[in-house]
Amino acid sequence: MAKKQLVQIKVNGRNREAMVEPRLLLVHFIRGIPGLTGTHVGCDTTHCGACTVLLDGKTVKSCTMFAVQADGCELLTVEGLMQNGKLHPLQEGFKEEHGLQCGFCTPGMLISSYALLSKNENPSEEEIRWGISGNLCRCTGYQNIVKAVQYAAGKMEQGGKDDLPNIA
Amino acid sequence: MIPPAFEYLRPQTIPEAIAFLQQYGDEAKILSGGQSLIPMMKFRLARPGYLIDINRIPGLSYIKEEDGYLKIGGLTREADLENSSLIHSKYPIILDTARVIADPQVRNMATLAGNLAHGDPANDHPATMLALGARVVAVGPQGERVLPIESFFVTLFTTELQHDEIVSEIRIPVPPPGSGGAYLKLERKVGDFATAGVAAQVIVGSGGICQQVGIGLTNVGATPIKARKAEESLCGKKLDETTIAQAAQLAADEAEPSSDLRGPAEYKRGLVKELTLRALARAYERAGK
Ligand SMILES: Cc1cc2nc3c(=O)[nH]c(=O)nc-3n(C[C@H](O)[C@H](O)[C@H](O)COP(=O)(O)OP(=O)(O)OC[C@H]3O[C@@H](n4cnc5c(N)ncnc54)[C@H](O)[C@@H]3O)c2cc1C
Ligand code: FES
Ligand code: FES
Repeated sequence: MAKKQLVQIKVNGRNREAMVEPRLLLVHFIRGIPGLTGTHVGCDTTHCGACTVLLDGKTVKSCTMFAVQADGCELLTVEGLMQNGKLHPLQEGFKEEHGLQCGFCTPGMLISSYALLSKNENPSEEEIRWGISGNLCRCTGYQNIVKAVQYAAGKMEQGGKDDLPNIA
Repeated sequence: MIPPAFEYLRPQTIPEAIAFLQQYGDEAKILSGGQSLIPMMKFRLARPGYLIDINRIPGLSYIKEEDGYLKIGGLTREADLENSSLIHSKYPIILDTARVIADPQVRNMATLAGNLAHGDPANDHPATMLALGARVVAVGPQGERVLPIESFFVTLFTTELQHDEIVSEIRIPVPPPGSGGAYLKLERKVGDFATAGVAAQVIVGSGGICQQVGIGLTNVGATPIKARKAEESLCGKKLDETTIAQAAQLAADEAEPSSDLRGPAEYKRGLVKELTLRALARAYERAGK
């Protein structure tokens, strides 16, 4: 067994640290150390995007990165979206527009959409589809996911911006 | 899937990284974007005993024109290329290529240098770099070597790079006025590797005469293919329907596709012909002639 190494990662604003084997995948760190099981393992082969998290402001597939690589970085997972007991406009959008059925893809979809809206406040339908092109959904057919993102963009434009967690 | 155990090293400079590569020899591998290497480790197709993570080495991420070259740093990611105004305005062929690689998350990590160093004929940048006549800058214990892309790809997953060398930069000659290029790829779905892909770069002189042309083919052989006969057939000729059609046929003849899940060999050969036709036409259009 390889030497364990100290890894410190700020997850949703809170410092988390652990001695880990270098081969520990980031997704297993997130699910295991702070116990944040919102981030899912779907395909485990870099295709589905269920494991998507925001690492220093950029979306990455946490099944295709080692925890040691994220040492000293800041992470946002789906659990960090809700602030002061209030759903993020994106979460509200997915609820209102039926953007999910089984919900397995939803945490990754939310993080990819979050990254998209932080760069582009008012994306076109095509830009939304492009933004979530690394996230597979087996249930919805994507139509309502697009509507959910549009809902959130509209809501945030109306001044809901102050509700945005200031983590990423 | 849990990859085999390894020791993780994170050098802060290139010389430090090279020293690790020398110390651990064949057991060591460079970890860059990790988007090819980590999946291979999970499938246990790669079992490095030591991973040398170069991601924290400063000064390796840039896109700039200097001394007649477009210089792209060894850690420049696909997303950087996609968002670069220089690439948007002057190198649409590179934008064509970066945009069709995998998906946004993979592109946030994956590097151009890793895409070439991996030596996978299914990767998209090799064809484009062949069309552009790129040079790969490799730094090793003896210093720097500048490797022409034409002889960089040796066999499947094997390049000219020595095990203790690091790609620090990719250089592309700045295209003169009258240049244009395009990359076209057919994929089964967004993010898939190419069924086939074709890159074409032309320099068109007065009267529409083709002064220089580069054509690269993706995923139709054990290595990325430079379609030399097709290139030669166009040099000094006027680019028109007839000459482009001839070149497309020659490119198809030069392809060495094999049948697999993405389609039978003959279908892929036909695809190379059609994609060459379209890539040359678009390159010509972009050259502004
Ligand atoms: C789901 C998925 C879909 C993909 N689809 C495509 C696609 O359509 N088209 C495409 O082109 N690619 C595709 N890729 C591959 C992706 O672009 C890879 O990231 C790329 O091939 C390797 O770049 P990397 O920086 O991730 O390298 P790594 O995975 O870190 O390394 C790959 C290899 O190159 C070596 N290496 C890396 N950097 C250097 C360097 N600077 N110097 C020397 N050696 C180095 C490593 O040691 C390793 O052997 C896909 C990947 C995934 C996971
Ligand atoms: S679990 Fe990571 S991409 Fe599917
Ligand atoms: S809601 Fe079931 S996979 Fe998307």
